[in-house]
Amino acid sequence: SSWWSHVEMGPPDPILGVTEAYKRDTNSKKMNLGVGAYRDDNGKPYVLNCVRKAEAMIAAKKMDKEYLPIGGLADFTRASAELALGENSEAFKSGRYVTVQGISGTGSLRIGANFLQRFFKASRDVYLPKPSWGNHTPIFRDAGMQLQAYRYYDPKTCSLDFSGAMDDISKIPEKSIILLHACAHNPTGVDPRQEQWKELAALVKKRNLLVYFDMAYQGFASGDINRDAWAVRYFIEQGINIVLSQSFAKNMGLYGERAGAFTVICSDADEAKRVESQLKILIRPMYSNPPVNGARIASMILNTPDLRKEWLSEVKGMADRIISMRTQLVSNLKKEGSSKNWQHITDQIGMFCFTGLKPEQVERLIKEFSVYMTKDGRISVAGVTSGNVGYLAHAIHQVTK
Amino acid sequence: AYRTDEGQPWVLPVVKKVEQMIASDNSLNHEYLPILGLPEFRANASRIALGDDSPAIKEKRARSVQCLGGTGALRIGAEFLRRWYNGNNNTATPVYVSSPTWENHNSVFMDAGFKDIRTYHYWDAAKRGLNLQGLLNDMEQAPEFSIFILHACAHNPTGTDPTPEQWKQIAAVMKRRNLFPFFDSAYQGFASGSLDKDAWAVRYFVSEGFELFCAQSFSKNFGLYNERVGNLTVVGKDADGVQRVLSQMEKIVRTTWSNPPSQGARIVATTLSSPELFDEWKGNVKTMADRVLLMRSELRSRLEALGTPGTWNHITEQIGMFSFTGLNPKQVEYLVKEKHIYLMASGRINMCGLTTKNLDYVAKSIHEAVTKIQ
Repeated sequence: SSWWSHVEMGPPDPILGVTEAYKRDTNSKKMNLGVGAYRDDNGKPYVLNCVRKAEAMIAAKKMDKEYLPIGGLADFTRASAELALGENSEAFKSGRYVTVQGISGTGSLRIGANFLQRFFKASRDVYLPKPSWGNHTPIFRDAGMQLQAYRYYDPKTCSLDFSGAMDDISKIPEKSIILLHACAHNPTGVDPRQEQWKELAALVKKRNLLVYFDMAYQGFASGDINRDAWAVRYFIEQGINIVLSQSFAKNMGLYGERAGAFTVICSDADEAKRVESQLKILIRPMYSNPPVNGARIASMILNTPDLRKEWLSEVKGMADRIISMRTQLVSNLKKEGSSKNWQHITDQIGMFCFTGLKPEQVERLIKEFSVYMTKDGRISVAGVTSGNVGYLAHAIHQVTK
Repeated sequence: AYRTDEGQPWVLPVVKKVEQMIASDNSLNHEYLPILGLPEFRANASRIALGDDSPAIKEKRARSVQCLGGTGALRIGAEFLRRWYNGNNNTATPVYVSSPTWENHNSVFMDAGFKDIRTYHYWDAAKRGLNLQGLLNDMEQAPEFSIFILHACAHNPTGTDPTPEQWKQIAAVMKRRNLFPFFDSAYQGFASGSLDKDAWAVRYFVSEGFELFCAQSFSKNFGLYNERVGNLTVVGKDADGVQRVLSQMEKIVRTTWSNPPSQGARIVATTLSSPELFDEWKGNVKTMADRVLLMRSELRSRLEALGTPGTWNHITEQIGMFSFTGLNPKQVEYLVKEKHIYLMASGRINMCGLTTKNLDYVAKSIHEAVTKIQ
């Protein structure tokens, strides 16, 4: 007999299922709009030039492979903090923060979740926007936290339900944890405007909530790293000591290298040191110390002026291509003769777009046109090219007219 | 970490070669690996542990998950066992670690949720060897279904491994008492210089029909410390069971790091799947193992030549990177403070710190410590 007779088969990953079906499809016009990775205008993965250059520079240095410190590569963590907070940030300059290297966004979120479970005794409740990235819920749950939600997306307008969000947040019990997407909300692409962020900041301050920012798309959303970090920086300036998870998967195209960071803004440098010591105690029994490759590449880019400049223009290039695909999709839909309001496609920002398509319409797109997306109508704009945007518009029009 | 005779870190020549191959391959990109890792890495890594002709591999009941180093493999295994072993979410299942053991073993299983972590007798300080009887007694007394963390070879920190005959006795008791073997294999190849020899215990347990986990690290034997290359090999009774286990491990991985880092796995996979590179790697591993073995024999012979009180055969009988010298805390303090020789309070030394240049000094210093301080 086996120890594993009672182990259930885990449920298939919903997004993977989309890609599997796409792969099996023989239609030459097929499109995979489930992919959560950037593609160039030929639909191919894109390795940034600054990444290739950084890799060559790193190879030339012939460095050894000794373990990184538990908290990661110091040049990387410092540069990550500076990127998020801004070089003029008081919190950054005073050193009242700690940043540890994490395994991309997921690993950084998980370190933070575990840290809160162990040290934030005031509450077990983490409030997520409705909807949020699918993996947020199991990450916090596995860390021992409980999940709650606040209204966020309005399916009627395909935009932000701001009054609903403010209403729900005003009722969140004091000292709960609230998670906010810093920019390019996943999966909806709907971000608050700056005036709305100001109101949110005032409200969470009033409710005395612990703010957890997830920033996976800095630079990738608007094309401007400072603009995309505006909310994070504003909250800190308002005296809100946030915790923050960063990913370099999308904005540097370092997906499989797992470069990320988790930051805690503290009262002072001494508190930061104590927090750091506890973060290390959490990391050590997880994987001992983080992988070097992605962090070295990111650090080389951020800390070498020429490479950093090149990176900023490449990340803007990726963001611009996405924005242009949004624009072209809307204009193509108009050309098809669609009378529906598709403004949300260009109002939304980042890699993903909540089209507003219903499950039956999505099903038709998949079956009749070989256009693959998740059932919630979310498309990855990264999978759209100038070569297929016309076909996509045609297909969407057919199922919505 | 391994050090050369010049006291320097060593990037294996085969690793340098493969990294250059990877760097110049323009078909490669930085896309996400699957959640369970690079397939070519996983298959080759398990093959290394279990052997080319492993019945478990042939019968598709041995599969694996790429993890972040040996630590990551231990953690994913621990998280799975806490959720699915001996019932559901049975945090009360006792977990036994050797006394002493790598200190992180305790934290890994504690943070995975296990509430009852115990030790089993292992190191006999008086005879400077394995306390087999104590170990077997602990296994006889252990509650049924307890989990036992076993060091596959090169026990950390004592360097003392059971002999094949002793492993057979251990396996017999574990089978009878329904105890779960979780192997920690961080030094395969690095210990004796032979991959097969260092995997003997794991393979013996598989041949005895055990279901087991084996957490593999490629930090030492590939010198890939900071790339975090590890593999959790799962051996079950049947293919279907192992498939279900992996599907649940995938869920655990997804909330821990989503998918593993690509660079180190590519290096190992490329090396293991090419006959020439594989041979070159085995040569590099033997170079490291041989240097450590040489340092052991040279240290022992110097201590014996000096007439240092006590017996020193344990230095060459022990295996791997570490040696439990048998020095007491006061003697250790002497070495650290007076002779600037750094070792653990337990008397554990890292053999990699020894070089042809410092052997005489270290031997003399140990001699002084042992004669001056009791």
